[in-house]
Amino acid sequence: MHIAEGFLPPVHAVAWGAASAPFVVHGARSLIREVREHPESTLLLGASGAFTFVLSALKLPSVTGSCSHPTGTGLGAILFRPPVMAVLGTITLLFQALLLAHGGLTTLGANVFSMAVVGPWAGYGLYRLLRRSGVPLMAAVFFGAFAADLSTYCVTSVQLALAFPDPGSGFTGALAKFGAVFALTQIPLAVSEGLLTVLVMRMLVQSSRGELTRLGVLVTSVAGRKPAKPSGAVTP
Amino acid sequence: MSRDARINTVLLLLVAALAALPLVLGLGDHKEEPFTGADAEAETAITEIDPDYEPWFSPLYEPPSGEVESALFALQAAIGAGVLAYYFGLRRGRRQGEDRAREQAGPGAGAGPGDGDGAVPERTV
Repeated sequence: MHIAEGFLPPVHAVAWGAASAPFVVHGARSLIREVREHPESTLLLGASGAFTFVLSALKLPSVTGSCSHPTGTGLGAILFRPPVMAVLGTITLLFQALLLAHGGLTTLGANVFSMAVVGPWAGYGLYRLLRRSGVPLMAAVFFGAFAADLSTYCVTSVQLALAFPDPGSGFTGALAKFGAVFALTQIPLAVSEGLLTVLVMRMLVQSSRGELTRLGVLVTSVAGRKPAKPSGAVTP
Repeated sequence: MSRDARINTVLLLLVAALAALPLVLGLGDHKEEPFTGADAEAETAITEIDPDYEPWFSPLYEPPSGEVESALFALQAAIGAGVLAYYFGLRRGRRQGEDRAREQAGPGAGAGPGDGDGAVPERTV
């Protein structure tokens, strides 16, 4: 989903930057508020960012015969809501743009929009929808992470098709072309991301019950007994 | 192996299988260069659509070779994996410490049912 440095015309680069900036600023505010009000969540915030770091460094082979990588933004969006991920995703993208020549500064706005804004919101939205319809936690987590991953690459395809419409078939033709490169490749990877997010969420349920309850991911199953400490200790 | 650990292992195996299958089935064979990055393919697609397009900005720093690039990618993954491992290790250690303190405080206080992921030998109860 990384649009390479200089590969968006200046007008598009600026427009996507302007579209992303408010989300990142708003995200930074909610991140600061979260850390200030709940210092104990700093560690889990770090872990959510770390998950994005790992997953977006994993380039995996896919059915189309090319390689791509997951994004890892679904987990943090489900735990801390999407605004926070706008910041953590931007940090990851900056690291890759500055050190790896992967993505770029001129395309940062567009890449942030797809990976750190739309992805987290799409994933979180689907997760909430499924939870409200009574879908079990882990199934909702799987589809949430899947949606965060796949939607990111769909947005990238749209961004490129907008910037480079096909001379013959226009926007739709270009979208089909970029969609074949990105979205199709991404489907199995989005499944992998869903599975990995479920894995980490399972480990969190096992280790950080108190924290997950506070964040509203887990509903207190034992009525009247709140978890003793934020460290996740649970009294039977 | 506890049930939790078994499920977690199956999840990891599934991810590994999903990554390995395209390679095993040779799904990249129809390409001149199999399994290149989708990002690079998008660049190719752009130049196909608009052969005159010239990137108007180039990266400030570019890893001088594929080796350096893969080292930096490995670094990125290592930082992430390190923080995650620290998180789960810390949680586990704290929980064990709390359980131990509870045991010392008085037998019968009981340890919680919140079993670990089972990858490490369980605490003695």
